Amino acid sequence: MDKMTTILQPDHATIAGVSEPAKSRAARRVHGLSDRTIAWLFVAPTIALLLAINIFPLVWMIRLSFTSLNLSMSYLPLRFVGLDNFSDILNDEDIWFRLQTTAQFVICSVALQVVVGFGLALLINRQFRGHSFWTTIILLPMMLSPAVVGNFWTLLLQPQIGPFNYLISLFTGVPPSSFSMTGQVALAPWTIVLVDTWMWAPYVMLICLAGLRSIPDYIYEAAEVDRASAWRQFWSITLPMTVPFLMLAVLFRAIENFKMFDMVNLLTSGGPGSTTELVSITLKRAAFEKWRTGYSSALAIILFVTVFGAANIYVKALNKVKQR
Amino acid sequence: MRTFNRLKSSVATTVLGAALLGIFGGGEAAAQGKQLTLCWAAWDPANALVELGKDFTKQSGIEMKYEFVPWTSYADRFLNELNSHGKLCDLIIGDSQWIGGAAENKWYVKLNEFFDKEHISMDDFVPATVVGYSQWPKNSANYWALPAMADAVGWTYRKDWFSRPDIQSAFKAKYGRDLAPPKTYDELKQIAEFFQGREIDGKKVYGAYIFTERGSEGITMGVTNVLYNYGFSYDNPKKPYQMQGIVNSADAAKGLEFYKELYKCCTAPGMTNAYMQEGLDAFKSGQVAMQMNWFAFFPGLYKDPNVGGDKIGFFVNPAGPKGHFTQLGGQGISVVATSDRKDDALAYIKWFAQPAVQQKWWQIGGYSALKAVVDAPDFPKSAAFAPQFLESMGIVKDFWAEPSYAQLLLDMQKRVHDYVVADKGTAQQALDLLVKDWTKVFKEQGKEVASR
Repeated sequence: MDKMTTILQPDHATIAGVSEPAKSRAARRVHGLSDRTIAWLFVAPTIALLLAINIFPLVWMIRLSFTSLNLSMSYLPLRFVGLDNFSDILNDEDIWFRLQTTAQFVICSVALQVVVGFGLALLINRQFRGHSFWTTIILLPMMLSPAVVGNFWTLLLQPQIGPFNYLISLFTGVPPSSFSMTGQVALAPWTIVLVDTWMWAPYVMLICLAGLRSIPDYIYEAAEVDRASAWRQFWSITLPMTVPFLMLAVLFRAIENFKMFDMVNLLTSGGPGSTTELVSITLKRAAFEKWRTGYSSALAIILFVTVFGAANIYVKALNKVKQR
Repeated sequence: MRTFNRLKSSVATTVLGAALLGIFGGGEAAAQGKQLTLCWAAWDPANALVELGKDFTKQSGIEMKYEFVPWTSYADRFLNELNSHGKLCDLIIGDSQWIGGAAENKWYVKLNEFFDKEHISMDDFVPATVVGYSQWPKNSANYWALPAMADAVGWTYRKDWFSRPDIQSAFKAKYGRDLAPPKTYDELKQIAEFFQGREIDGKKVYGAYIFTERGSEGITMGVTNVLYNYGFSYDNPKKPYQMQGIVNSADAAKGLEFYKELYKCCTAPGMTNAYMQEGLDAFKSGQVAMQMNWFAFFPGLYKDPNVGGDKIGFFVNPAGPKGHFTQLGGQGISVVATSDRKDDALAYIKWFAQPAVQQKWWQIGGYSALKAVVDAPDFPKSAAFAPQFLESMGIVKDFWAEPSYAQLLLDMQKRVHDYVVADKGTAQQALDLLVKDWTKVFKEQGKEVASR
């Protein structure tokens, strides 16, 4: 018998000496509270918090979406406008442009992150000298705050003093101050994709790495015995077995990028013009700059339903892939 | 079980303790001495106000606390505060465009009775500042603020570069006239073109710095300086809210085209989203020959060891073919209606309105709007930029100050930035779309908008 068991034994003996109904009666008597009540007491604050900061605002927002509320003109009588806000949004050409911009950003950035992240995971999955050091270096960007990333990339991309333009100039011979990565219509959308990829490809890498590490070695050993080439092993073993992980990474990143606000707002403020104005920036402007509370509530609901619906369809697809 | 009981007791004790702290903890703050919180933007004049406020504390015994927020989030932060009836600010120096919303929503205390009681007359202040910062409805005797910080858009230039004989002769050879601070926008563009890309002291310099910021109000506060002078108005003076043919007149479109030309020909690379701070940086680093910015920054620039003193000159926003105006900036000081210390806040305003305090305010870096200060015979000589400031305050125009100003402003930001920076459409199309946007906003507000 080890030391721990010896220590526990006297208590155990005491409890064992009392009958089960007597024990439960004793528990109920303690300060008049039953175990179930105690459990509820512990859980109640969390539930109350959830109700207060998640459920109540959601219900309130749904209610507001059917009204004309504009907080900058709260002296105007509050009107019930039915589905007018929703119909205004869905008939607004600008909103559709913003959704297109957002979709382009999500598709390009997630695709690039998957390619880069998966590539990095394949590299990091091998053992080499300085492995831990390079893993840490690669993971650094995703540990930074998006606000910090937005600010320092703004400086890096500054046409006159930013090193990025000088680097491009070194390879292409184009004068560094002749182009602005955040200020030109043709470059700005790619710039936000680039910065987002720099920041989040390591995250995709981590997920892919988990996938790669979950593949049992014996499968590769069997393939080796069958004299399968490295390329064949990649296509027949590595890729198919990491697909569920890749799909998970795509889901997480797509949802995050659909909501992307801070980094893009700091980098371009949605500009030049409205070139990089993602729908989240439009929403923030409608809600907290124009104070169109009713309208922005409706927009938030539309976006929520869109993401929720798309994510559900995607999760179903993911489950099918897993079952295969 | 004993352990379990102890846990229960300690949970109960903690909960009780927390409740007691919640109930009685606030008393400590209440027991402190009198204190007022003043909210404003974080910039040079705010530092001057802190200095000035020490006199108020000395006289009244009321401690002054300050909440200064950077310009980029100033409107968001404080309008949110006012909207939510927060108690953070007792006094607020709110932007001129907020006055309509603040009055209609009763965020500010109406000051008419207080002014009458304390014999503070709005006739003693520069008229443009009274209309711009205090009155709602405009041009009516309803006052919601005391003009606190007079401001307008002006220009700085590199006096040392302008006075160099080699540069002067090169300019004269090219344009057939002397190089001098521009009086018109055509002259300004010529000078900007002349300096663009020129090498001075081994460094490449650029012609002009103008506002192009997209996120808050930057490009609008810049472009209006040209638009006003090309014939743009917000609405028909005889038919309020009638904008068709006024906002999007052919003259206004020409003004917008001019701003874009100036942006394309004569600004430094990368100035696609630049406002006050970027302008100061560009000028202080010796990058630009001329800079558009608010007068509020000029005392700081004049003191700058690298580009201030003899090296800097100032000029009034140049005239255009259809007039001579400049964009009004500045703010009034108001008492927040939800404040628990309204009497103390009013006492601060009473103190601040005194001529001696206003005089000191101007001397230490603020801009007084009191006539006794700015109309004094020695005022033009009191600072290098004083004559230009005085002239500018006589030709100011302001953006809409309607309760819906934020929507109107963001619509203009979008349309103008789309055209000027993102090369989208024509100037006429941008202004046509702006009229459409603004009409929608006013209609939502319940205003009648005549099409012609």
